[in-house]
Amino acid sequence: MISKTINLTLKVWRQNRGEKKGRLETYHAKDISVDMSFLEMIDVVNEDLTKNRKEPIAFDHDCREGICGMCGAVVNGRTHGHEKETTLCQLHMRHFSDGDTIVIEPWRSRAFPLIKDLIVDRSALDKIIQAGGYISVNAGGAPDANALPIAGEVAETAFIAAACIGCGACVAACPNASAMLFVSAKVSHLALLPQGRPEAAKRVQAMVRQMDECGFGNCSNETECEVECPKGISIVEIARLNREFLKAEFS
Amino acid sequence: MNWFFNMLRSSIGKKLLMALTGLGFCLFLLIHLIGNLTLYGGKGLFLSYVEHLHALGPLIRIAELGLLAFAAIHVSSGLILFWQNLQARPVRYQVSKNAGGRTIGSATMPYTGVLILIFVVIHLLNFHFIDHSRQTVFQAIDATFSMLPYVIFYTFAVIIVAIHISHGFWSLFQTFGANHPKYMPAIKGMGVIFSLLAAAGFGFIPVYVSFIM
Ligand code: SF4
Ligand code: FES
Repeated sequence: MISKTINLTLKVWRQNRGEKKGRLETYHAKDISVDMSFLEMIDVVNEDLTKNRKEPIAFDHDCREGICGMCGAVVNGRTHGHEKETTLCQLHMRHFSDGDTIVIEPWRSRAFPLIKDLIVDRSALDKIIQAGGYISVNAGGAPDANALPIAGEVAETAFIAAACIGCGACVAACPNASAMLFVSAKVSHLALLPQGRPEAAKRVQAMVRQMDECGFGNCSNETECEVECPKGISIVEIARLNREFLKAEFS
Repeated sequence: MNWFFNMLRSSIGKKLLMALTGLGFCLFLLIHLIGNLTLYGGKGLFLSYVEHLHALGPLIRIAELGLLAFAAIHVSSGLILFWQNLQARPVRYQVSKNAGGRTIGSATMPYTGVLILIFVVIHLLNFHFIDHSRQTVFQAIDATFSMLPYVIFYTFAVIIVAIHISHGFWSLFQTFGANHPKYMPAIKGMGVIFSLLAAAGFGFIPVYVSFIM
């Protein structure tokens, strides 16, 4: 079966390594199957560019199934495109129409320096995790199953927060370029579980400090992040982060 | 005490300062509104309210100083946050779209904030820093609102205040960590009602004084 195809005009942010300023460049994506993902569409354009001895568009990706958090770009002003709870690799071309013009830009934040074209350096998020996004346990034999009972609802709530894939879309979507949604998801999922409690106070303080040092903006409850998060993380987690932070500071 | 100031310097600490002082202003506004409603009861009722209020003497002084301190904190942390947030995105997007989270209130907080500050200064010059031995507050109100530009200015200012509260009210609960799917809709509803009440209650005073009284 031959699937439907569409033609698109792309305006893509191009900026070489070390270049101070970038620019939008126009490309034509012809005969794009609507069954392709957004990244596959860029692959097609890149193949064309390579054939014409031009530099292909650099972009980040890995799993291409919406679980690793590597991909991401701002598509027509929306992070990961306009579809709800979708990563860029899972955004399909059927959501676009023939003749559309699509503007593709990298995540913009002082804390995410641009590497090349659509690739930004998101190691600021790793630094935040290194500051406290872990639990310390002694290695050894696996603990007995059910040795640590956790109520179903608690596990469920923790899992909802743990769904964060660290893609950075929340930062990119935030009018203040704040990383609060990411940090809140990481703090919440550990703080909710008994394994995370012993270090909860130290963790939240260290992670918030690190977040501030990385140069992210301050949250002002614009709530754009929760609308754009591909994993549907809600600002309820930010409220929990605030509670955890206050608890830690005042005790 | 060091931990305390370090905490306030953090991003969440600054939010907390905004929320605490914002809550203070919400309470003040509520009391101010209730007091001002006496205007709708006529000159006599209003002047007796003013008299009772001023009879509180030192309490009023303390409240005034408290409000002044709150204003200093709210304005200065607000300006710092605004400046820091501007710097957090040195290269802006060529195309940027509202995903549906932002509201008129949230998007304009710094700007409505500055407008409110200007308004408060003019408001105090109009009714507070006047020679109270030569005219009653009511006469000052009457004189001010007999000028159409002032009527328009006050009505406009009240709308700005309402827009500021429409984001500020629920936002302060979120900052305190009080966000629960069960209660947040009610909190948001209260915020909308409060801003509408403030807009209507204060907003009609100039119109009432200048056209109906
Ligand atoms: S909270 Fe959502 S948008 Fe932010 S990093 Fe995690 S998955 Fe991405
Ligand atoms: S490539 Fe892994 S989430 Fe998109």
